[in-house]
Amino acid sequence: MPVLQKPATMKTKEENNQIKAPAVKGGKVSNKKKDDEDGTEIGGEDEWMQKKTLVKPPDQLDLTEAELKEEFTKILTADNPHAPENSVKYNFKDQAYKPVNNVDQLAVHFTLEGNLLHKDSDEARRQMANQGDAGENTATEPENGGENPDKPETPADGAEDAGDGEDGAGEERPESEDIQVEKQERKISNQFNFSDRASQTLNNPQRDRACQSEPPPRANFSATVNQWEIYDAYVEELQKQKQETSKEKHKTPLFKKEEEKVKKKPVYVDSQIDEIAKVVKVAKIIERMVTQNTFDDIAQDFKYFEDAADEFREQEGTLLPLWKFQYEKAKPLTVTALCWNQKYKDLFAVGLGSYEFTKQGRGMLLFYTLKNSNHPEYIFHTTSGVMCLDIHKELSYLVAVGFYDGCVAVYNLKLNRPQPIYKSTAKSGKHTDPVWQVKWQNDDIDKNHNFFSVSADGRVVSWTLVKNELLYTDIIRLSLEGVVTEGEEDVKIPDMACGTALDFHKQIDYLFLVGTEEGKIHKCSKSYSSRFLETYIAHSLSVDAVKWNHFHPKVFISCSSDWTVKIWDHTITNPMFTFNLNTAVSDVAWSPYSSTVFAAVTTDGKVHVFDLSINKYEAICQQAVVSKKTKLTHIEFNPVYPIIIVGDDRGYVTSLKLSPNLRKQPKEKKGQELPKGPEVEMEKLEKLLSQLRAPDRPVQK
Amino acid sequence: MAEVEETLKRIQAHKGVMGTIVVNAEGIPIRTTLDNSTTVHYAGLLHQLAMKARSTVRDIDPQNDLTFLRVRSKKHEILVAPDKDYLLIVIQNPSE
Repeated sequence: MPVLQKPATMKTKEENNQIKAPAVKGGKVSNKKKDDEDGTEIGGEDEWMQKKTLVKPPDQLDLTEAELKEEFTKILTADNPHAPENSVKYNFKDQAYKPVNNVDQLAVHFTLEGNLLHKDSDEARRQMANQGDAGENTATEPENGGENPDKPETPADGAEDAGDGEDGAGEERPESEDIQVEKQERKISNQFNFSDRASQTLNNPQRDRACQSEPPPRANFSATVNQWEIYDAYVEELQKQKQETSKEKHKTPLFKKEEEKVKKKPVYVDSQIDEIAKVVKVAKIIERMVTQNTFDDIAQDFKYFEDAADEFREQEGTLLPLWKFQYEKAKPLTVTALCWNQKYKDLFAVGLGSYEFTKQGRGMLLFYTLKNSNHPEYIFHTTSGVMCLDIHKELSYLVAVGFYDGCVAVYNLKLNRPQPIYKSTAKSGKHTDPVWQVKWQNDDIDKNHNFFSVSADGRVVSWTLVKNELLYTDIIRLSLEGVVTEGEEDVKIPDMACGTALDFHKQIDYLFLVGTEEGKIHKCSKSYSSRFLETYIAHSLSVDAVKWNHFHPKVFISCSSDWTVKIWDHTITNPMFTFNLNTAVSDVAWSPYSSTVFAAVTTDGKVHVFDLSINKYEAICQQAVVSKKTKLTHIEFNPVYPIIIVGDDRGYVTSLKLSPNLRKQPKEKKGQELPKGPEVEMEKLEKLLSQLRAPDRPVQK
Repeated sequence: MAEVEETLKRIQAHKGVMGTIVVNAEGIPIRTTLDNSTTVHYAGLLHQLAMKARSTVRDIDPQNDLTFLRVRSKKHEILVAPDKDYLLIVIQNPSE
């Protein structure tokens, strides 16, 4: 191949000369040469060249034949036409520029390096030696190197890799240099002068970006669950469900409005005060407990003390003063009414007002409990003096009150409102004079609550509590003459008697007694409005109290300012017993535990306790419980405990314990079980009465 | 509200009552008539005691609940009335 290559280079050199010659030499030469070329061209392809007409330049020289035939000898020289002939070089020796004679005439037009080596050349030998080092396989076939370049390539690469590895590991410079030399030499063995070149594109710079959010708040929670906590959770859930169902039921708009109103109300209350208000219940408990601690001795007496002296007395008993109930604001007022709550036996109501015509003014309704004598549980202020009150037997939160101004009202303790829920007005049949007694009745046919009132205006009125008003019905009008016919009634209006006391028979629903200011007691029936069933000329002064016996259905008691207490059989117009207490008797009460025991209070501050079964003529206990100047106004027995409460005209209520003699039961006979119950009590009284009736009868006869 | 204030006033005015403390559910005194350190002392300890007592009562019968706790000591008597959220503590010297 190198043999072939060389002539090629020679040829091009020649052509180069030929082409360049006309440009350097005169125009004739170039022309002639053109002609030659044209001629050959025409001769080769005359067909389409014929159409071509020779275009001659206009300034072409016209040559004669002789001139055309003239021959010019042209000699080819090996001179390079481009080589400068006039190059000079500075000669330091002669200190002058001297022309350079021998100019390099060599001009290279084309070079192609071959890959083949001669076997015997130094390079080939060196290569073979290298291959022998790299691998025996290639060393055995050095001739194949040219024809099959791939084969030796791979082991060479391996060697290279090995070399690289060494390069990486090696630290000495000379060694790496050696390897580099080796590499360069090896590259020569590549058939296509192929070389590896690695290039790295620009890597985008990496950037870390991190961002931390605010961590959610964490809290540790731990709790132990008790059985009751689980219970509470269930109860709460149940209540919620109930509320939801009830809400769904009452989804009328009217109801909603009311609810909103109720909700809005507490908003006005200051929050801090509201907070403290939550302890109201516990504050009450604590108050009671503190009181209990303070009055520990009284509490002990109430529960356990029995007067030991009673055993050595035959009949007489004593009263032991216990708590004294007082309320400062009630001091100028008189206790005008007392009533025990039948459901909560430690709670009683006190009505305060005045009996004096000249001292009328405001009144008060207080509720005390035995557990706290220092302060009333409930306080209601009234514009007019309270004259009487009654607590409903079953619905112990309903309290009927009669006022000095003739109004009757009903208070509801549950609502905790200072105003009564019902109040009679001038329009709705209000009494024109003080109301002296109110009494709750059993519910009527329509299940409306109702009560009776008696007033000094001579009317006995039944009041019915309908939804939001108090309906009244006049039951009877009292007259001085006793029985009045309807025609006469109009005429005799000025003769109206003043009712002062009222009591309903314990068993016979329609039967009731009315005491009057004239001292008469009328037995009336609800159904006969025009006439009395009976009239007893009982007292010479106003009747202060009339009360049926708790056990005996026929017996009632009355007391009056004429110093007497009388016991009656309602079938007989004469009194069974008459007791003179030597001073005005303001109230009397039957005991709830014995048919024969009753107590009376007098204006000289004494309490008189009688037991007919023990002494028919005298009181078994006569005790002054307040100072002489203080008038006692009312007395009530507690329904279960052996205590009585008495009210006086200074607004105080005193509780007294009855000594054992005052509540003595009939002596127990040996081996005989003592019968108990209302029948026994009734029998006891009946026995006494029959004794009296027996001597009476002959007198009557 | 005025009613409670009055009741508390009455209690405090009562014979032998040395101090009244109202403690909230966390055992923090919110109202007291005693000095600060005594109050905190009483409130912290009695709150624990009351809670324990309540837990005892309720563990025995979940429908039951503690209404009043009375601690009689040589020197005086501590009356504790736990409410749903509050605790009313009264220290009384009954022998006075």
